[in-house]
Amino acid sequence: MPYQPIKFYQTGSFVVGNRLLDVEARSTQSDPKRANTLTSGHRACQGCGEALGARYALDTVSRVTGGKMIASNATGCLEVFSTPFPETSWQIPWIHSLFGNAPAVATGIAAAMRVKGRDDVRVVGQGGDGGTVDIGFGCLSGMFERNDDVLYICYDNEAYMNTGVQRSGATPGGARTATTQPVGPHPGNEFGQGKNLPRIAMAHEIPYVGTATVADLRDLEYKVEKAMTFRGARYLHILVTCPLGWGSASRDSIRIARLAVETGIFPVFEAERGEVTGVTKIRRRVPVEEYLKLQRRYAHLFGKKPQPEILHNIQAAADRNITRYGLLDDTPDDLKPPGEAKDAATSGHDEAQPEDSETDAMALTSESFEGAR
Amino acid sequence: MEKPFAITLDVGTSKANHTGSWRTERPVYIDRLPPCNNACPAGENIQSWLYAAEEGGEGYEKGWRQIMADNPFPAIMGRVCYHPCETSCNRAQLDTAVGINSIERFLGDEAIKQGWSIEVTAPLTGKRVLVVGAGPSGLSAAYHLRRAGHEVAIYDAEPAAGGMMRYGIPKYRLPREILDAEVQRILNMGVTLDLNRKVTNVEAEMRAGNFDAAFLAVGAHIGKRAYIPAGEAAKIMDAISVLHGMEDAEPPMLGRRVVVYGGGNTAMDVARTAKRLGATEAVVVYRRNREKMPAHDFEVTEAIEEGVRMKWLSTIKHADGGKILIEKMELDETGFPQGTGEMEELEADSVVLALGQDADLSLLEGVEGIESDGGTVAVSPNMMTGHPGIFAGGDMVPDERTVTVGIGHGKRAARNIDAWLSGVAYAGTHKHELASFDKLNTWYYSDAPQSMRPTLDVARRTSTFEEVVGGLDENNAVYEARRCLSCGNCFECDNCYGVCPDNSVIKLGPGKRFEFDYDYCKGCGICVAECPCGAISMEPETM
Repeated sequence: MPYQPIKFYQTGSFVVGNRLLDVEARSTQSDPKRANTLTSGHRACQGCGEALGARYALDTVSRVTGGKMIASNATGCLEVFSTPFPETSWQIPWIHSLFGNAPAVATGIAAAMRVKGRDDVRVVGQGGDGGTVDIGFGCLSGMFERNDDVLYICYDNEAYMNTGVQRSGATPGGARTATTQPVGPHPGNEFGQGKNLPRIAMAHEIPYVGTATVADLRDLEYKVEKAMTFRGARYLHILVTCPLGWGSASRDSIRIARLAVETGIFPVFEAERGEVTGVTKIRRRVPVEEYLKLQRRYAHLFGKKPQPEILHNIQAAADRNITRYGLLDDTPDDLKPPGEAKDAATSGHDEAQPEDSETDAMALTSESFEGAR
Repeated sequence: MEKPFAITLDVGTSKANHTGSWRTERPVYIDRLPPCNNACPAGENIQSWLYAAEEGGEGYEKGWRQIMADNPFPAIMGRVCYHPCETSCNRAQLDTAVGINSIERFLGDEAIKQGWSIEVTAPLTGKRVLVVGAGPSGLSAAYHLRRAGHEVAIYDAEPAAGGMMRYGIPKYRLPREILDAEVQRILNMGVTLDLNRKVTNVEAEMRAGNFDAAFLAVGAHIGKRAYIPAGEAAKIMDAISVLHGMEDAEPPMLGRRVVVYGGGNTAMDVARTAKRLGATEAVVVYRRNREKMPAHDFEVTEAIEEGVRMKWLSTIKHADGGKILIEKMELDETGFPQGTGEMEELEADSVVLALGQDADLSLLEGVEGIESDGGTVAVSPNMMTGHPGIFAGGDMVPDERTVTVGIGHGKRAARNIDAWLSGVAYAGTHKHELASFDKLNTWYYSDAPQSMRPTLDVARRTSTFEEVVGGLDENNAVYEARRCLSCGNCFECDNCYGVCPDNSVIKLGPGKRFEFDYDYCKGCGICVAECPCGAISMEPETM
C-alpha cells in the first residue's frame, strides 16, 4: 500500500521528505521545484486544511501530467479564498463553476478535450463537501454513471464553512454547527442522517475511489497518482481540518486529521470498481475522546453536562469502521524488522503499481469512449 | 507575454496579498541541545557524528573526525565508556535508547582498520606544555594541546602508556591492541612520551624542561585499606595491585577461592578477572544491597552470568588462612548498613580489597597555592590548581572517576591551558536550551528496537580474556545510527516545507535547511507542531 519500500530511516516514510531516499522515491511536496498549484497570498484561515489538501493533491496531478491539466472548482471556501478577482492563487488553468455543477463542467471540459484529440490533457473537478455531497451531487452521480474521464476531489471539512458553518450532508453526528446547536434532548447534529459519499461512489462501480487525509501526505500523493493511472470517473475524498468551523487550534490541523484516522473515525482506504482493495491500518489506536476534545464543535459532549450517550455513539461508529474495513490487523511494512520489511515492502510496491489493472482500466475506458461517440 | 497552457485572461497573482500581516506569532528555526550531548562527560557532539555516520560509506570517516574533535579515543570509548548519553537518550522513552556506544566503537574500529589519522594544522605556537601521566586524561590533554599547535611532552611512571586503561581495566573489556593503536595515533602527531619517568617534583621538572605550563593527571593508584583483623596466614591484597599485576609476565596468585570486598566496578573487574585466572569460586562481599551498589548494573549482571557470587549486606569481620568470618548487615531507615551480630564463615584463599583509591600527590609537595584534601587536589572550573600554570584533572581531582570524565577533564584543561598561554580566558561554549522529550513529535519516527551487540558465550568468556562484547557490523551500525531522533536539531525531513498551507517555507537545499517567508506566513504554527525534532519555536510578533 502507501508505504514506500525503504529500509529503516530516522523517520521511515512518515515525514514529508527524507534526505536518505533516492530522489524518485521522495514525495512531490518535498521537491523544491514542486508546482505550488495553489500559491501564497490566498486568504484561507490560519492552519487551513483545505488549502493544504488542495495543494497536495493538485501538485501531484500536475507532476503526473507534466502540468497539462485543467481544474473546475465548485463555489465554496476553496474558490473564495483562492480567487477574489482580479487575484488568484491558482497557477494552473482553473475555472470557477457554479456551486452545484463542478462535475458537469469538468465533464464538459473532458468532452471538449476528446473532440480536440487532446488526450494528454487531464481534467480535475473539485469542491468542498457541501458542493459535492449536497448541491453538486446530481451532477457528480451523472459523471460517475457516464464514467466521464474526470478525477473529482472532495475536500471534506464536514460543513458549509464559507457561509458560516452550517450543517451539510457530511457533518458527523453530535457535531455542533450554526444549524445544529448543542441544545435540546439531542444536542448537535443528528445521528443516522447524512451521506457517506465514498461508499456511494463505490456503488457506482467507477474505476477508482480513494479516501485520504492531510495527515498522511505520502498516502494522499500515492492515491492521486494511482487515480491518474485510470481513465474514466475517479473519486477522491480528502478529510481536511477546518480550524474555524471545528473550533480547533490552527497548529493542530494535521494532528486532528491524524487522530481522525487513529481513532477509526475516518477510514482511509481505496477501492476499484466497487471493491475495497486496500486500507491504511491504524498505527496507534486511541479512543475517540482524543480526537473530539481538541475541537470546540464537540465541547458540549464534555464539561458540566457531559453527553456519554453521544460519545458512545461516536465511538461505536469508529469501532464499526474498524471492523468494516479491517483497520487493525497486521503491522505496516514500515514497522517490521529490517529483513522482513524489505520483502514485504517490495511486494507492497508491486501491489501499488498494478500493471495489468492499469491496462484493464485503459481498455475499459476506451470502450466507454467508443460507446459515448 | 507568453501565457501558460490554456490561460487566456490576464489575472494578478495572489502574491500581491501579503498575508504575513495577519500574524501574531512567528515561527523561528532554532537549535536545541540534544540530551546525549548534554550528558557526555567528554563533551562530544554525539548527534552530529551520528548524523554523519547515517550516510554510511564516506560518512563514517566524517563521523569519526567529528568524534576526534572532542575525544581522541573512539575505539576505547566504544568499549569502556558507561555511556551516560544512552541513559539520557530521548529514544528510550519511545522504544530503546540509540546504541550510541556501539556505533562509536564501530567508527573507532573502522578508523584503526583504515588507518585514519589526524594532522596538526594549527600553526606552531612555540609554547611547551608538560603532561604528567599518560592515562586517559593526560593523553586527552596532550592530544588537544598538540592540535592547538603546542609542543607537548608526557612523562609517565609506568613502562607503558594508558594509565588505568591498561593497569585498571581488564583485557576482556579493552583489548590492548586497541589501546596501543589509539595511543600511537596521538604520538604520531608529534607528542613525545617518556616512560618509566616518575615525576617527584613538578616545579623542578617544569624548570628543567623549560615548560610554560603543566597538566597533572597522575590518577589514583593507591588502594584504600580497611582495617580487618587478620591472622598471620591471611592473604589480603588490594584490587588495583591485582589488576596492575595482570600486565606483568606472571599473573598474581589469588588461589582457588577468592573473596572481593567492595561493590564498585573495580570489585566486579577483579572478581571477573579471578574467574578467568582459574578461581573456582569468586565471591563479592558488599555491605549494602544490589540497589545501593556503585557498580554499573550491566557489570554486575555480566559478573553474575559468569558465575561470580554476590554476598550482599555483609562485612568481613576477620580473615585468616583459608577462611573469613562475615557479619550479616541490615539497612537502617537512612539506608546505612548496621551489623546484626549474625556471623557466617566463608572459605577464602585470598581477600582482595576494592574499596576505592587515593591519588599519590607527592609531586605537589611544597608547591605554593595547592589545595588538597589528602586524596585529591582542588581545581577551579578552568581545571587550574591554586598554582598559576599548573592544571590538573582525571582521578586526582574530585569528580566521578571514569575514563570518559578523565578525557573530558583533559579536553577542558587543554582549552583553558591554550587560552592561559595566550593570556586570555577561555570563554567556553554557549549552551542551547535542552531538547527534552516533550519538544518532539514522535509520531514521525519509525519504531525500531536497538540492535544488540553479540556477547561471548558465558562458558568461553570465563576461561579466556577475549573481549566479551562484540562489535556491530556495517549494516547494523548504519541501522543503529539512523535510529537517532536528532533531538532539537533540524535534519531536513521537509515536514515544515510540506505542511505549510501558505507555502511560506523556503527550502534552501541539502545541508542548508530552510527559511521562513514572513511575507506570507500567517503564523498558524503547524510547522512547529509537526516538526519531529523540536527545531522550530513560536515567538510573539513584536509590533
